[in-house]
Amino acid sequence: MKRVVITGAGTINAIGHNVAETLESFREGRCGIAELDVRDADRLSVNIGAQVKGFISEGLFNRQQMALYDRFTMFALIAAREAIGQSGLEFTGELAARTGAVLGNSGGGMTTLDENYRSVYEDGKNRVHPFVVPKLMNNAAASHVSMEFNLKGPTFTVSSACASSNHAMSQAFMMVRSGMSPVMITGGSESMLCFGGVKAWEGLRVMSKDACRPFSANRNGMVQGEGAGVFVFEELEHAQKRGAEILAEVVGFAMTSDASDIVMPSKQGAARAISGAIQDARLNPSDVGYINAHGTGTAANDKTESAAVADAFGPHADTLMMSSTKSMHGHLIGGTGAVELLACIMAVRDGIIAPTIGYEEPDPECALDVVPNEAREAKVEVALSNAFAFGGLNAVLALRRF
Amino acid sequence: MTKSALNGQQGDGTMTGANTDIREKVIAIIAEQAVLEPSDVSMESTLEDLGIDSLGLVESIFAIEEAFDIQVPFNANEPSQSDFDISNVSSIVAGVEKLVAEQHA
Repeated sequence: MKRVVITGAGTINAIGHNVAETLESFREGRCGIAELDVRDADRLSVNIGAQVKGFISEGLFNRQQMALYDRFTMFALIAAREAIGQSGLEFTGELAARTGAVLGNSGGGMTTLDENYRSVYEDGKNRVHPFVVPKLMNNAAASHVSMEFNLKGPTFTVSSACASSNHAMSQAFMMVRSGMSPVMITGGSESMLCFGGVKAWEGLRVMSKDACRPFSANRNGMVQGEGAGVFVFEELEHAQKRGAEILAEVVGFAMTSDASDIVMPSKQGAARAISGAIQDARLNPSDVGYINAHGTGTAANDKTESAAVADAFGPHADTLMMSSTKSMHGHLIGGTGAVELLACIMAVRDGIIAPTIGYEEPDPECALDVVPNEAREAKVEVALSNAFAFGGLNAVLALRRF
Repeated sequence: MTKSALNGQQGDGTMTGANTDIREKVIAIIAEQAVLEPSDVSMESTLEDLGIDSLGLVESIFAIEEAFDIQVPFNANEPSQSDFDISNVSSIVAGVEKLVAEQHA
């Protein structure tokens, strides 16, 4: 089996338009959640979200690209450019033939859908733009990343709701670890902060109307975000031969299904994924110093996740740190695990733990060290990133300091 | 507008005002798609000459439909079988003129 390292990272999200800005926001505990700026916001009962503000596609994309890319594809491309740029890789010949892009996404081109449903249903138009399908299909982002960077290996989209990015990165990890591909581009993106996207989530009655306060006793729901995170996963020797900078090592993963309920999480399913990732990485639970929690801020997730961590780690659960950065960048749904992996890289590489902001009252059902409100310096050898999706699909990745 | 005014060429071969408008609008749409100045698009140019690919073609047809409020009978699967001849700018303009005339008939 090959060792797998991360040699590039890129992102755009509500708290940063690149990795440096995002890590600074993590350190400063900056909140990207604000009043939603979407059409017909007055008809929404949930009026907050973590939108990417100040994003101007002109200059980043030409006119034809802007006509052809949904917002979620633009986010993926911006993050991929940063990640691949940092890695210094150029894809030609054999490397291009074996490198692919596996990206997570849940909703596809939701803004494209929203605009065109309006056009045909609300405005009664009988003609839509010819690019509606190529814009909204949820493999559009992965396909455009492959086209921009000449990636001719395995390329596809993984869709498992809130765990999409972690499942995608697990696929990429397996491909590099097995020797199938020397390099894979992976992560995820999402953009569903449009009227229909928010309205659909409202229906489930799990959204907060004021803030995302994971693990806090007075938490009252999740807040949606948008953006992308993309990474370069590279086989260790391949990276070392070319003198690449290594951000962290990916050492293990596990995926489980609760096989119980379409929305309610299961402690056992989550705990099996956590323990599975530790076993896959051939580590002891006590090696884990930090967990980036799924931590959605819903009543059900946070207590179930806390109980799962307690089960998986035993007494060590009281020693490790677990924070939810969704309090800052919101829940990016299919892109969330990718942006959250940045907090794990920061923990193992920089020794800085991103906080859970908005934390106000301890909850006895979430009695772990959730790094409340302020970032902390700590030496961490191994970090886990949890993702537990609607549908009971769980995926956990393990990173180690390199 | 009367049908004859829209119908195109007069006996002496000059264009009526309405058809000059159609030609200019179609050329503007094609030029925009090709990222060229309208003056660089000649009536003999083919879409291939202008660098317009298959997606550019369907986008041009969409823009033509929007601009003239017409339905262009074009199926990308069998372009040569379509009633709408896309072999060059001139044939596209003629096709649009015919559709506009039919629509107003």
